[in-house]
Amino acid sequence: MKPPVFDYQDPASVEEALELLARHGAAAKVLAGGQSLMPLLNLRLARPEVVVDINRIDALDYLTEESGWLRVGARVRQRRLEREADVRRMVPLLAEAVRFVGHPQIRNRGTVCGSLAHADPAAELPAVAVAVGARLVARSRSGVREIPAEEFFTGPLTTALRPDELLAEARFPCTGPDWGWAFLEVSNRHGDYALCAVAAGVRAGDGRIQDARLAYAGAGPVPVRLREAEAALVEHSDLEEGIRAASAEARRVLQPDGDLHASSEFRRHLAAVLTARTVRLAWTRARTRSGGAHA
Amino acid sequence: MREPLRTVQLEVNGAAYTVTVPVRKTLADVLREDLQLTGTHVGCEQGVCGACTVWLDGEPVRSCLLLAIQAAGHRVTTVEALGTVDRLHPVQEAFWENHGLQCGFCTPGILMTVVAFLREHPAPSRQQIREALAGHLCRCTGYQNIVRAVEDAARRLQARGT
Repeated sequence: MKPPVFDYQDPASVEEALELLARHGAAAKVLAGGQSLMPLLNLRLARPEVVVDINRIDALDYLTEESGWLRVGARVRQRRLEREADVRRMVPLLAEAVRFVGHPQIRNRGTVCGSLAHADPAAELPAVAVAVGARLVARSRSGVREIPAEEFFTGPLTTALRPDELLAEARFPCTGPDWGWAFLEVSNRHGDYALCAVAAGVRAGDGRIQDARLAYAGAGPVPVRLREAEAALVEHSDLEEGIRAASAEARRVLQPDGDLHASSEFRRHLAAVLTARTVRLAWTRARTRSGGAHA
Repeated sequence: MREPLRTVQLEVNGAAYTVTVPVRKTLADVLREDLQLTGTHVGCEQGVCGACTVWLDGEPVRSCLLLAIQAAGHRVTTVEALGTVDRLHPVQEAFWENHGLQCGFCTPGILMTVVAFLREHPAPSRQQIREALAGHLCRCTGYQNIVRAVEDAARRLQARGT
């Protein structure tokens, strides 16, 4: 189908965009890469009165490192993360996961912040944000606030953003030197939504896991971080025992919905298997002090 | 609500066009209906099937997920720019000779993806080819001959040194 009628605004500055969002509130939708909003418009699942296109705002097109954080402005396309070697060094999990987002044709337009603001629970980047402890910078006319990723995702396609707020930037902490990261997913075809995806990080020290992060996509209404499974990895001095305990925890706790493509039980099975695979991979990378950097 | 219109200048295949179109009209529809460039096909209109793939500033994108007015200030390239009936692009030749299409509906989008893909991966593995094609739905061929055509196209382009 075709998009419904809407009024179109393409402000050239963040201030103008915030003014429009303040004026129109929930009647407005922000258009960045359009890879989520445009299908919703074409399917007539979204009927905003005003579309606020932020593509003309050059001030939102930055990818910079500052005080140990990778700052990603709202107009940064996903493809750029694949092409800049610095991203692999700074936030290797992000560089690895972004290749699973749709297809190159999608990532050439789709933005990092757009994917986060869309908040599809099966999407890769929200799980990455939760795994590494990203902070989402929301701007409105009344000010700026930073929202921790775990508080940002509140339900399927629902976030803590207010209607007058723009997700202006996502901040990802740069990885520590003893950390290894890994992202794996199972989908029907490369580029399809994940039936289940797992993001794992471990910090190696004294021959064992000292700290861990585990986050899941496609396993619930929001990207899920499993602290109990992380704790299991740290508690066991034997790697494989820890992995068994963490996988069992994932299978026990996660409550994914079943659908045409995969039953709830199969998704729980995938969560357990992918937990083991990602942790082993992250461990190998942490041990080789590569921080997960790989070709 | 009245239909908001906007007049923009578009650069398509090196030519400049001035169009006045509804702001909600997708690039795919403006290419086909306003510029009569019907090589770009419209399939699912939700970014899944890949039939509408064109280049924006040289990179493949879905033209059904882009408003036409957003393309102002960018270079748009469509399948019409690849080759002509008398003078096919090497990738088009490879699709022809390997029977890489049946009905041809999905082909324009696939060609735009494959030409850009081979630019970045001049000697791709079969696995890379399959992943590159994953963003395109073909309901006729079962993809076998499409994969063969891409392999052959890579060889042709390498032989030509382009």
